[in-house]
Amino acid sequence: MALKFPIFMDAQSTTPADPRVVEAMIPYFTEKFGHAASRNHSFGWEAEAGVDRAREQLARIIGARDPKELVFTSGGTESINLAIKGIAEMYREKGNHIVTTVIEQRASLDVGKRLERQGYEVTYVPVRPDGLVELEAIQKAITDKTILISVMFANNEVGTIQDIAAIGRLAKDKGIIFHTDATQAVGKIPVNVETMGIDLLSCTAHLLYGPKGVGALYVRRKGPRVRIAPLIDGGGHERGMRSGTLPVPLIVGFGRAAEICGEVMAEEGARLAKLRDRLQDMILSNVDEAFLNGHPERRLPHNLNISFAYVEGESVLMGLNKETALSSGSACTSSTLEPSYVIGALGASAELAHSSIRFSLHRFTTEEEVEHVGARTIEVVKRLRDMSPLYELAKEGVDLKSIRWKAE
Amino acid sequence: MAYSEKVVDHYNNPRNVGSFTKDTPGVGTGLVGAPECGDVMKLQIKVNLDTGVIEDAKFKTFGCGSAIASSSLATEWLKGKTVDEASKIKNTDIVNELKLPPVKIHCSVLAEDAIKAALADYREKHVADAEASR
Repeated sequence: MALKFPIFMDAQSTTPADPRVVEAMIPYFTEKFGHAASRNHSFGWEAEAGVDRAREQLARIIGARDPKELVFTSGGTESINLAIKGIAEMYREKGNHIVTTVIEQRASLDVGKRLERQGYEVTYVPVRPDGLVELEAIQKAITDKTILISVMFANNEVGTIQDIAAIGRLAKDKGIIFHTDATQAVGKIPVNVETMGIDLLSCTAHLLYGPKGVGALYVRRKGPRVRIAPLIDGGGHERGMRSGTLPVPLIVGFGRAAEICGEVMAEEGARLAKLRDRLQDMILSNVDEAFLNGHPERRLPHNLNISFAYVEGESVLMGLNKETALSSGSACTSSTLEPSYVIGALGASAELAHSSIRFSLHRFTTEEEVEHVGARTIEVVKRLRDMSPLYELAKEGVDLKSIRWKAE
Repeated sequence: MAYSEKVVDHYNNPRNVGSFTKDTPGVGTGLVGAPECGDVMKLQIKVNLDTGVIEDAKFKTFGCGSAIASSSLATEWLKGKTVDEASKIKNTDIVNELKLPPVKIHCSVLAEDAIKAALADYREKHVADAEASR
């Protein structure tokens, strides 16, 4: 099959909607346009039926006992805000301490910072060089004031998958509510809120081949019954936890996307892991001083994150961006002008954080694309190394740490 | 983020990539930036000791596309200038020529620093050489 450019290999930022998802959504824009809360006519009933079905589809993929445990939101960021702020407010009497990790996505970290300004205490537990959080580290961080443990299921940059079931057991033992940001995991790898002891789970449609603008928060109803304060007040939709007219077409698409993921997950995961491993082998066997970031086994099947020493990430992307979409932990590609805090938290030097490239594959990635991207990446990195003063110094045997660098 | 045509051109066809042997007479070397900041530039000039004109210039850069373009452009501009003329190159000239956006201005500042460092190194060594030969 001929290659079509540009190639999208940035599927942990977003995914294309599956055409089957779009097909399911279309009628809900036009003939089935009703308000899901309209109780007294067929337009409303039809819309509500669409939402109910989506809730069931979503409940199934995360192993929820009751579809009513799902609250629709505008996306992952809102779900995370609702979970953490909602617990903080609801359980303020009980305690003011939250345990989370240093590699959570920005939404979680920024909510933590805001809560700290409001008098809460947040402990950011460090991770090991492979990105895993140690259970003992979480255990040690817990105090008698801890009301929430919040740990991401799988990391958005390096793909490391946490031992969520173990953290869930610990939380249950201690009687603490457990939230996981599973935006990168749901639909990609098995997630089960029952067997993993998850009380709150955030996810989003656009990372599982659904539409942008819709997400969900799972809120456990039994054992324990978890209560959250809403962020948005209004008509009392979503059992009072999230008011606002439900975006029925988006929700229908979310449900369909989850359903498809459930059907293809095992096969798709295996296929992507094989392609990812091919890309990894190709790059690591052709480029010296290229380092895999994250855990070599416990990671998402579609994720590959590599630091290329002595070349800066944005310059690598620039060499490829006419034909391939990737992302980098380089400061130059971030809005904060800081290199990736995730790679930094793994103990890598700032230089290697600037040099990291994330390849993320998806449902429509082909073998030809992987071969092409691998070959071109190798070419670009080699070209940039030929013009890198650091590579030259390193090849001359100079220890870069022995140089007294003058930062601007 | 879209890059200007000139940045893309310098990135795709960098001028004067390479190195001179540091202790060759007439060569001045500037090494600025820091790996942890994501930018390091090495810029070298080769001055004709009789005329004081920069005959050749070379660079190597670890950094983003704009950093590579800024140093590539700097080597182009240095060639043919006297040492005194070269010291008048300003980062704002680079910004204007490459149409760098505000977040990339530091790349031009680094290029100006690299030029100054190379010139200073040349002057220091040249004076020392002249004294030694006296």
